[in-house]
Amino acid sequence: MALLEVEGVEKRFGGLQALAGVSLGVEPGEIVGLIGPNGAGKTTLFHLVSGFLSPDAGVVRLDGAPTSGLRPHQVCARGLARTFQIVKPFHGLSVLENVRVGALARARTFAEATARAREVVAFVGLEARAAVPARALTLAERKRLELARALATAPRLLLLDEVMAGLTTPETAQVVELCRRINAGGVAILLIEHVMRAVMTLSHRVVVLNEGQVIATGPPAAIAGDRRVIEAYLGEAYDP
Amino acid sequence: MKWAVALAVVVLLVLPQLVGSYLLTVFIFIFFYAYLGQAWNLLGGYGGQISLGHAAFVGIGAYTSTYLAMTYQLSPWIGMFVGGVAAALLGAVVGYLGFRFGLRGFYFILLTVAVAEICRLLVAHTEALGGALGIFITFTGDPWQFQFSDNRAYYYVALGLMLGATGLVAAIETSRLGAYLAAIREDEDAAEALGVNAFRTKLAAIVLSAFLTGLGGTFYANYLFSLQPNTAFGIPLSVEIILRPIVGGGGTLLGPVLGSFILSPLAELSRIYLARGGWSGTHLVAYGLLLIAVVLFLPRGAYPHLAAALARRRRRTS
Repeated sequence: MALLEVEGVEKRFGGLQALAGVSLGVEPGEIVGLIGPNGAGKTTLFHLVSGFLSPDAGVVRLDGAPTSGLRPHQVCARGLARTFQIVKPFHGLSVLENVRVGALARARTFAEATARAREVVAFVGLEARAAVPARALTLAERKRLELARALATAPRLLLLDEVMAGLTTPETAQVVELCRRINAGGVAILLIEHVMRAVMTLSHRVVVLNEGQVIATGPPAAIAGDRRVIEAYLGEAYDP
Repeated sequence: MKWAVALAVVVLLVLPQLVGSYLLTVFIFIFFYAYLGQAWNLLGGYGGQISLGHAAFVGIGAYTSTYLAMTYQLSPWIGMFVGGVAAALLGAVVGYLGFRFGLRGFYFILLTVAVAEICRLLVAHTEALGGALGIFITFTGDPWQFQFSDNRAYYYVALGLMLGATGLVAAIETSRLGAYLAAIREDEDAAEALGVNAFRTKLAAIVLSAFLTGLGGTFYANYLFSLQPNTAFGIPLSVEIILRPIVGGGGTLLGPVLGSFILSPLAELSRIYLARGGWSGTHLVAYGLLLIAVVLFLPRGAYPHLAAALARRRRRTS
């Protein structure tokens, strides 16, 4: 059974049809890349899946159970964590305190959450910055903090919304490596990304969204050469 | 820091043996407003949910225990907790309305003001509670009636309230509730995404905050010996409650205490000296100016600056 199933989901904002019947799935342990031009509906889909918006039609299932009517914290309790495209660190709290909020989702005690947060902070390579308030972090560090907080909730599915945008090439490579290690721990990942090198190397499968519809699904190599994808998004054949 | 706090507590404990009754009164006000500020701090400082109607909880607590004492001869020591529970219930109603319907920022503030005003008007029109004239409590000097001939007793009760609330908030600061409140204050959406039930967390905070504030109402009634709807439920008292944590540093453990040590003596001094010169009411102007200065120059309150200065000093000396 698929970990995440999105079936015929529609969402309209006033006159704008953001999603027009989108279906996709993520299997346990899989990495799926979600690409498409700006305004294609990628972030809207994330909001629907994570409980921040509810669909006008269609259904989202986690482990086969519909998530309709669930609040974001309840979706999180079901094993789904997300990051935000525009990072939302708790500015006044330290890196460790930020991550601890996520860790509390699973920990029984505060001490246990603190210990878990320390592990995750070290895992993403921020231990030297653990005591620093989030407002003092660089963009690259904030992106990693965003990832760490989500990871601390011990999800089975991680939704990453452009965690590599704005990063330098070496920083991107580090995040790609981090995603691999997270995935190696059995966590499935659905990632929105414009950095093609990262999407194509990381993803087991790529879904292309355009104007609220899925226009192609397949392994990275096939997507890179798909004529419709090239026209709608890539502009030219992607050749790594 | 721990030693400094312990030393301060010892000094405060022996102080009544050394100073006169008038100075004790100043300290009683410092402690009592620090206590109310600490109760507000839990919701407003840590949780970022600004209530400008906390006087309502003082009023409910004060009227409940006083009414029970007058009508059923129930000791205010017990009535205090009944009043606290009544305030907590009102807090739950405000919290449910505000948080269930997602009121944030100004809209939540307006809700709290509106509820406090409704309470004030209801009490002012209830004859059994003395109407607009209020209730005057007869002084008996009976400790079981929460009345003391010796000002020192009030001093210790107020000190106990302040220390108790501060201890409780210290415990909450390093707990799930504290971490969740801070997360909600910083970014509610991000907190929700990380599994925080924002509704339940904020509701817990307002219920606890209202309960503590309601307990304080009994002290208020039995220290002033009179209750009027306009003062016990009015906006001026609500403002007094929030000024100290804001000036001292909202969302910090010692902010309300520090703020009260700054503001309460100032209020007292300006009231005495300015009112004596025929300038009554001028202390409010002084207050306003101070508040503007704090907002401009110390937007996070005095405590973070004090803590930073102490840390610098420690580094230099070691």
